Amino acid sequence: MVEPLLRVADLARYFDVSPPWLNRVLEGQGRAILKAVDGVNFTIPKGETFSIVGESGCGKSTVARLVVGLYRPTRGSISFEGHDLASLTTRAQMAPLRRRLQMIFQDPFASLNPRWRVADIIAEPIRAFGLIEGRQAILDRVGQLLRQVKLAPVDGEKYPHEFSGGQRQRISIARALASQPDFLVCDEPTSALDVSVQAQILNLMKDLQRQLGLTYLFISHNLAVVYHISDRVAVMYLGRMAEVAPTKILFRRPRHPYTRMLLDTIPDLAMTGRQRQPVAGEVPSPIDPPTGCAFHPRCPHANDRCRSERPEPRALPDGALVACHGVEEGRVPDGPIGLVQG
Amino acid sequence: MAETEILSSPGARLVDVVRRFFEGDVFYSFRRSPVVIVAFAVTVIFFLGAFLAPWLAPHNTFDAATLNLLDAFKPPAWKADGDRSFPIGTDDQGRDVLSTIMYGMRVSLLVGFCSVALALAIGVTLGLLSGYIGGALDALIMRVADVQLSFPAILVALLIDGLARSFLPRSMHEELAIYVLVLAIGASNWVQFARTMRGSVMVEKGREYVQAARVIGIHPAMIMVRHVLPNVTGPVLVIATLALAVAILTEATLSFLGVGVPPTQPSLGTLIRIGNNFLFSGEWWMTIFPGAALVLLVLAVNLLGDWLRDALNPKLR
Repeated sequence: MVEPLLRVADLARYFDVSPPWLNRVLEGQGRAILKAVDGVNFTIPKGETFSIVGESGCGKSTVARLVVGLYRPTRGSISFEGHDLASLTTRAQMAPLRRRLQMIFQDPFASLNPRWRVADIIAEPIRAFGLIEGRQAILDRVGQLLRQVKLAPVDGEKYPHEFSGGQRQRISIARALASQPDFLVCDEPTSALDVSVQAQILNLMKDLQRQLGLTYLFISHNLAVVYHISDRVAVMYLGRMAEVAPTKILFRRPRHPYTRMLLDTIPDLAMTGRQRQPVAGEVPSPIDPPTGCAFHPRCPHANDRCRSERPEPRALPDGALVACHGVEEGRVPDGPIGLVQG
Repeated sequence: MAETEILSSPGARLVDVVRRFFEGDVFYSFRRSPVVIVAFAVTVIFFLGAFLAPWLAPHNTFDAATLNLLDAFKPPAWKADGDRSFPIGTDDQGRDVLSTIMYGMRVSLLVGFCSVALALAIGVTLGLLSGYIGGALDALIMRVADVQLSFPAILVALLIDGLARSFLPRSMHEELAIYVLVLAIGASNWVQFARTMRGSVMVEKGREYVQAARVIGIHPAMIMVRHVLPNVTGPVLVIATLALAVAILTEATLSFLGVGVPPTQPSLGTLIRIGNNFLFSGEWWMTIFPGAALVLLVLAVNLLGDWLRDALNPKLR
């Protein structure tokens, strides 16, 4: 079996959100631990786009940050081409992997240093990794990168505030591509953009993937965007994976009740008037998650087993992985819901 | 390849920056406010008067050989027994008051600028480290700042000055008086810079451009200096302007109390103290004119600082 580009095993990240020591003593409270990510497994083969979707606060952005090394995992491992990222401690050891693993951020208005010229922003990774020597050579490369994201080389002379949101996101992509990475982590790269611009950025990303053989880890809460770009999709709920399946299967035949609920929220133009399951309840606090299956307070199919025993992901014959007792026992009705146009 | 020649020369960049400044909001709000224009003019006149004193002042009051005790206590020129060569009178040693003010302001401004520069250097460095690194270092620096803030700045300055006086021999103290004063005022004012810096740095640190630099693997020191620092200079510069006025006042207070600069190189504070002795015997010009100069200078610098704070704060526009 070929080693996947990225393998994430039992990844967890807890945050200590306790009040200060004095308050805890005075108010008689214990420590509060937020389990943002709690035991997540997935692999991404080279050239694939793997998406993680979920509501706000489900831990999807934390996964992205863990993968690029902005956070250290509390537990579990992340291996890139078989190299465990946690075993690399010095900056010198990390540099070769960092070059190959870059990130595109959510907010194009915050991800570019407002005091730097665009050419310097894009040149930063080139200089940091010492990829090209000489001022003119670096400028030539920056011009080439700008053309690659459909901007003009003269734009390098400008400052970020002279660009629109979509153009800034292109600059952000150019910076991420500057170190010639194999793997890009995209943390909601289109959620701050207008719908018309979203499509342009997504198409650009797809083109770049084809040209450069990139692998994407794509984080989003927008199911339509995910459907458009992904090969496989993971649905996250309260720090755990509810369902992982190839895109077509997930959208045509969602198994997990949570996935079904999310898909039911997609508006469709056909106005079928079909009965939809309204999204009930809110995401529980990850500091004090429900026992058993974290989704049981919102699940219409929950029974006593769901309330007490945590479901583990189980593989189904068509390649889907579902963590649900109801699906395993056949209690949850199977089959297509709604209409999702291909 | 013209297309790839996208970074112009440093000279062209400077022209570009200057053009942006004159077309920008800051210059616009400057032009619109008469008070600020007057304050700016007063500041410029005082600065020029002070720094060009050796060439502009009618007398060199630091040169004891030119002094004549017979000229002592001359009233301003418009009085009956005034002398044309001493437009606003002379002091008890026959020094021209106008010249002593010009030379004295030199000392005041020198001490003011140097002590603010020192406070800036300490405060910005500690604030940057405190805000960016956080944790135990942050707690340590901020507790030290809290402790220092619980003493009045003037008390800290007096303490440093007193220590210097007792440890340095008397002959050296005269020479080093100005440096001791700069150290005393600078070290007593760093806290506000550190606190402002820390707050701004903590905001910037969470921004995605800093995280992008971290993903690339830029060294934390480089991120602090090249990414964070340029984005947090605004608030600190405003405080520096206001701190300049405070530093000049502190220096004047210390000199007035007799622990500042030596009387042979009087600053505005020293002049006010000397004149104060003669205020009730009728020689009012010896203290009123240096006092007025000090008030005008501090007021003008304060007004400029206030305006700068408003002009650079987009929320108040």
